[in-house]
This record gives sequence, structure tokens and C-alpha cells, in this order.
Amino acid sequence: MTDHSKADLDDCEAMTPSRRAVLGAAGALFAWSFVPKFAYAAAGSRDPRFLLVVLRGALDGLSAVPPIGDPDYAGLREGIALTKDGPDAALPLDGFFYLHPAMPNLARLYGSGQASIVHAAATGYRDRSHFDGQDVLESGQAGPGHTDSGWLNRLIANLPPGETVSRHGVLGVGVVPPLVVRGSAPILGWSPPRMARAGPDLMQRLSDLYGQRDPGLARALSQAIETEGIALRSSMNSDMRSGGGPDSADGMKRIAEGAAALVGADDGPRIAALAFEGWDTHANEGGAKGRLAQLLGGLDGALAAFEQGLKPVWKDTVVMVVTEFGRTAKVNGTVGTDHGTGTIAFLVGGAVKGGRMVVDWPGLKPEQLYEKRDLKPTTDIRGVAKGVVSELFGLSGPVLAERVFPGTGELAPMRGLVG
Amino acid sequence: MATPDDSRAGGIGLQRFGLGARPGQPRDQRGGARERILAEVSRGGVAQPLNPPFSGVAEIGSALFAFEDRERMEREAKLAAGQAQAMQAAAAPPNPQAVQNPQAPVTPQPPAGQQNQMAQPAKPPNEPPLPFKTYRDEIVARVQLALDAESGFAERLVMFWSNHFCIAATKSNIGRSMAGAYEREAIRPHIFGRFEEMLLAAESHPAMLDFLDNRLSIGPGSPAGKQRGRGLNENQAREILELHTLGVHGGYSQADVTNLARVITGWTMVGREAVLGFPGSFAFNIGLHEPGAQPLLGKQYAQPGMGQGLAALTDLAHHPATADFIALKLARHFVADEPPPALVASLSEVFRRTQGDLAAVSRALLESNAAWNAEPTKIRSPQEFLIASYRALGRKADPGQILGPLGVMGQPFWQPSGPNGYPDTNAAWASAEGIKTRIDVAAGWGRQAAGSVPDPRALTEDILGPLASPETRQTVARAESKPQALALLLMSPEFQRR
Repeated sequence: MTDHSKADLDDCEAMTPSRRAVLGAAGALFAWSFVPKFAYAAAGSRDPRFLLVVLRGALDGLSAVPPIGDPDYAGLREGIALTKDGPDAALPLDGFFYLHPAMPNLARLYGSGQASIVHAAATGYRDRSHFDGQDVLESGQAGPGHTDSGWLNRLIANLPPGETVSRHGVLGVGVVPPLVVRGSAPILGWSPPRMARAGPDLMQRLSDLYGQRDPGLARALSQAIETEGIALRSSMNSDMRSGGGPDSADGMKRIAEGAAALVGADDGPRIAALAFEGWDTHANEGGAKGRLAQLLGGLDGALAAFEQGLKPVWKDTVVMVVTEFGRTAKVNGTVGTDHGTGTIAFLVGGAVKGGRMVVDWPGLKPEQLYEKRDLKPTTDIRGVAKGVVSELFGLSGPVLAERVFPGTGELAPMRGLVG
Repeated sequence: MATPDDSRAGGIGLQRFGLGARPGQPRDQRGGARERILAEVSRGGVAQPLNPPFSGVAEIGSALFAFEDRERMEREAKLAAGQAQAMQAAAAPPNPQAVQNPQAPVTPQPPAGQQNQMAQPAKPPNEPPLPFKTYRDEIVARVQLALDAESGFAERLVMFWSNHFCIAATKSNIGRSMAGAYEREAIRPHIFGRFEEMLLAAESHPAMLDFLDNRLSIGPGSPAGKQRGRGLNENQAREILELHTLGVHGGYSQADVTNLARVITGWTMVGREAVLGFPGSFAFNIGLHEPGAQPLLGKQYAQPGMGQGLAALTDLAHHPATADFIALKLARHFVADEPPPALVASLSEVFRRTQGDLAAVSRALLESNAAWNAEPTKIRSPQEFLIASYRALGRKADPGQILGPLGVMGQPFWQPSGPNGYPDTNAAWASAEGIKTRIDVAAGWGRQAAGSVPDPRALTEDILGPLASPETRQTVARAESKPQALALLLMSPEFQRR
């Protein structure tokens, strides 16, 4: 850690509430972030956990959560349409929406009030590039081209310094950290270990050398050492065998188990982001069985792994599952779907006010589709994210609208998602 | 400001544009670094791997289809044998053995697209299935080339373009088997040639047509489209515009994507029936092609058949947005995450003026003082790090020592997680977990190489020379052991950054 950030931390910790109260206009924005936190603390204190799962490649929301009650659904989906009866019937949610049969854990969590599903949702991005779409989703900015920091990092940077949440930084799972966690607040990194780790003496020597010669590498290494310390103290299973990557059921489970062990530890990060891959189902997507079904099964297993690994803090946990955009409403020429717009998001965890579909259904008739091809987005995913993190961490609307999701003053945080 | 003849700037240049020093490389090969790399460009051409497992895609296609047929037959035979045995067991009076293990002979079907090593009883026990063996042998051949290269500039360009026009070996058996051939056939011949030739070679290669699904795309108004009721898949058309030519801000619309998808219908791969040529090779199938003129970026393309796609791709290759996009990516790759705008502008100008002459663009990059004299801020990618380390340690291309380390460091050959390829910035590679993993890998390499390196201090001088800081020299000299000293050299800031 550099002297600079350490000085900031000391300085802020030294501030007392009374000094905050007399801060002038320049400090007002900063001070806002405290007010709801105190109100929240009075309502019963909680040590919240928030995990963001990014599904890279654009999940087909109409297959994950099929609107079987919509009369136009089956016609659009032809051979990959799911049904409410038969051997591989979709799982009932509210009689109109169903859940893909590969996700029994999520169905159980939904049934017990620990999961909500947002449908016909998207960010503000309306083109169909995966990479710009993911950048917008993760940067929290209105459009592409801003990749210097992610919204989870700025969320932490705008919490009161010294709070449990900000003190522990944000965990980015993977050798390459996802954009959503990048930025000035401390980032912890972790990925499923696949080889013998170097000894502490070598680490110390490199730490000294970097300290003298290379601040960037020094910072990266000190954060890595810190994460490893947490992993050791939480007695994480150090014998994780190498297995599939983040596009396989096995890989998703291992990643989820690791992230849960770190986030569940007393001294671990409270906020984490991870990514699962392989959702770009242009061809042979499959219906109740097949390629997408395998991936959804993997995600379902990961949700179960979160529930299990975070058991002691599950009541204070929200797992949010998002993707950059959806896919075409109609099946394409190769029994898959091309890049689209509206899709789903999942909110899972003991802190979720669950068992609900959060949706303003736009319909599936040609004129109801976005550009006559995609599910029309009627819910802004940023409003959902703002609602969850404001209720979970007590951030105020103005901070969220200016710092975390810049330029979203018109978009109110969605209320009542967290119970 | 250092001049290129300055020995430090020359040393940085060899790391920035090449793959790093090899021990004992004669001193006279190190002076005049810029001139020597420029001379490599003038010589043109690039080495091709010796003894690749197959000469090209047609040979791979035949072998792959035969392999898949054999696998299926073995599976079916096993299944039949299992059923027979199960029926026998059911007919016989119950005995403990049969009850204990009634389903053992029935091997579960492997999930689609996954290798099942159990289903290969005929081959030697440690021999991987054909697609993976081919993939592995191609990697060994291409890594050996990079280890033997003089400066490594051409090999760096191969890596750059292979990532720009990336495919993913993980997509299918075709991708796994053809990834190496794709690089040999579509990328290598063109790194000092014309961009449009590389573009055409890449977009028409079976590996790309498989990766981005175009081999399945059918014009709805084509004979096959009318007959089978199947249609377009716009995956490859979109990535051509967004990732391969204009860039996402290049000014195209959703209609352009769909129209380009129509234009390249019929660009496909010959199947096992070998109707249009050798199985596994490229074919234009008029029966899948959407008839009629198509508008693209405001221009009509009325050419019949494959000529329509050739004309469209040629125009895209010459588009000014393509020049800007390629110039930025090249400067970002070689010089800095945020490269000097003047450098990007000059590369783009050369690209436009020469209609995409990639040798001229390379020369412009190497002749730029801004490119040559920038401070080394970029961290080597995992592939660069592995190759530079193996050159420094004098190692050979051993498959077990390539695939594993690159996998854990997050950059195995030809396996990016999406069609945008591997990232090319410090934010991606100089992360906490990334550096930690590198240290683990370097510790292993230090242990493995300690027996063959006489003196790590001398190696540090030999490899880093004028780049080595006093602190790095001292850290290496004070190491507790030879393996640790080598790991410290490989992880030193001067070795990591270029």
C-alpha cells in the first residue's frame, strides 16, 4: 500500500462526527453518505455481504426465465421453447413466468422468499457489442469508453473510511480482475489455485524490491499477500484440484466456493465480483437440455455453493446476477439467438425480500419488441443495483447518482428489494 | 531523452518490440537494436513452424472426421456390450457381484464438445485424443520458433494479429485441431503483407467460420434456406465490423450487421461428405448464399456469389475507421496503454496512404522516436513472459512446461474467453492475483533451471545489462539460493516491464 492511501485513511479516521457536521459545501457530498447509514444502524445493525456475478456473453433471459404465460412466447422460440408440462417442464414461479428446469436450487430459494427475479431489464446501453455492453454494466457509466474504474470500487471508495466494508476492500475473482472492481479503493484478488505457491521469503524479497523500484507492482503484491492471509485464516480448502474454467459447472462451483470462503471470513472482504463465461449462444442453444441448460445448471450449483459457504452470514447477504444484455426474442437461423437487449437479473440471499418477480412486462408481439427484434427493457438494471446497495450499505441517493452510477439522478433507487 | 543508440534505450527496445535477450547472444547483436529490427522487416516473410502435426486444414479435417467416427463406433460398441451384459445379468439369478455393479460397463455419454479420454482404448495410455494432441504439438512448434527468433519482432506481430483475429480452441474439436493451422495459414504469411489479405484469409478460414458460427448461417432466400426453413446467424458479421475492421465506434448500424451477415452467407467449411472439396477446407456454397444486392455502409454490393463478400471485406479493410482502429491497437500493444496520440495518428496515416501495407506500418512504428523512447510501463503478457523467461533460461519448448503455466497465468494459446481476444493493458495483467500467480510460476522455473544456469548474477548482467537497477542486482546477488535468485531476476521490474 502506498503512503498516499495510508495517509488518507488516517486522516479520515481522525475525523469526528462533530467535525463532519461543520463541513462546508465542499464536504457536503461526502457527508451525505453518512446520514442513512446512521438511520440504518438504528433499525438494527447488520454486517452485509454483497456478491456480484457477471455472466459474460449475454444470457438469454427468455430461456432462463421463460414467460410461458405469454401467448407469443412459444411461437418465437420454436424448437427451443420451454413448456410447463411434460418430462422436462419448466419450474413454476408465478403462473406466468417459469424458471428453467436446470435451476432447482434457485426455484427453492425463490419459493422460500430468498430470491427475486428481475425481468425485461437492461442497462442504458442499447447497441449490441458484448465488450461495450460489459464495460457499461461494470463501469456503471452511462455509455462505453470509461474503463478506468468500476462501480463496486467507487461504491467502496464512497463509504465512510474505516467502516468494516471499506476497510476490507473489494474482492475481484480471477487472474484478471473484472472491471467492476477496478479503481482506487483496495482490490483483493483470488482465483482457484492451480499450482504450488511460492514461499514467503521470496514474496518478502520481491515486496522489498518493488517497494524500492516499482510502486505499481508493490501495490499489487501487497494486496495479493493480504488476500492469501485471509484465505489461510479462514482455513479455505487449499487442496482445490484443478478443474474446469469459469464456463463449466465444475469451475463455477469452485469459484463460488472460494469467493464464499473469503467473503464469509470475519476479516474478509464484504463485497466481491466474479464472472462466469460462455453465455453467447448463437447456435444450438438448446431448450430444457443442451448447451444453455448446462451453463444454467452450473450457475444454479454456484448459487447453492454461495448459500452453503456463507451460511453464518447468509441472512445478511445479497448475490446479484447480471449480464450485459439479452438475446433476440426470435430464435435465429441456427437454432440459437443473436445479440439482443432486455434480459433478466437474479437477486439471491437471506437479505433479499424474495419470492417475487420484479417486472413491468412489455409483451412479445412484434410491435412490443425493441426494434422489432429484442425483449424491450422496461427496468433499468442500475436502478435495481442502486436500490440493493443503498439498502444494504446505507449509501444515499445523491452519492449513488453522482459517484457510483454517474448521471443517474433521474433514476431512483428501486425500493423494497432488501428485507 | 535517450537516443535509440543509447544502450539502455536499445535494451528496452529489444524487450518492447521483441521477446527479450538470450544468454550469450553476441554483444554486437545488441548494439544498433533499431537497425537490426528494421532489417528483419526489410527481409520480409516470417518463419513457419517446422514439422507441424498436419500440413493444413484439409488434412486435419479428414483426420478429425475419421477420429470422430472411430470414437462414435467405439462408444456404440461399448454401449451394446454393456446392454448385452446387463440383460444377461438380469436373466441370471441374482448374485452379489451383478447387483453390486450392474451398470459398470455402460459408460455415460460425454457432454457435447468435451473430450472423454476413457473412450480411447485403442491408443497408447498417455496419448491424448487427436484434437488435443494436435493443439499441443502446434503450440510446441510455434513456441520453439519464438525461442529461436533473433529479436522476436515478427513473432510478436504474429501474437498480436493472432489475438486481433482470435479464435477459441475451446469451442469445438474443429477449433482445437485447427487453431495452430489457422495461425500458420491465415496470420503468419501476412504480417508483413497487406491487411486486406490477412482479413480475407482470417474470415474465410474454417477455424474462424466455425468459431463465429458462419459455417451454419444460411441466407433465408437461398435454396437451402427456403427448403430447410433455417436462416441467418449474424455472429461473424458483427465481429468483422466491431472487432476486426471498423471498431465499435466505426459508424455501422444493426442493419449493416445483418446485411453483412447476408453477404457472407455461403462462406462455410466442407463437411465429412466432401461434396464441395476436401473435408475441413473452406468452400463457398452458393446454395446457402442469400441472393441479391445488399447495402453496406451506404454502398450497394451487387456482385454475384462470393465476389460480394470479397468486395465488402476489401472495402472494410481500406476504410479510414479501420486504419484508426488498427493504429491504436498496435500502439497500445507495443508502446503504452495510453499511447501518444501523434504516434497513433502517424501509424493510421501510413496505413491509409499505403492501403494497409503492414510492413510500412511496422517500419513507421519502429522509426518513431516516441515509440522507441517511451518509458517501459507495460507489463509483459503471460505469453511474452513465458517466452522471454525461457529464452533467458535457455529452455526448450516442452509441452508440459508451456500449457500449465500459461493456463494458470490466464493466457493459454488460442483460448481467449471471447472474440475480442486477450486484454492488452496493465489493468488486466498487473493485478494482485496476476502478479501473485506469476511469482508462483517464476519460483517453479527457478527451481527447474537452477541446475543449468552457472551464475544468476552473470545471467542478470547478460539478460538485463544496462537495464538492471542497482536494487535488482543486489536483490539477485543476496538471494538465499540459486532458484530464488532466478525467480527474483524473472520477477524484477526491469524484466517484467517493457
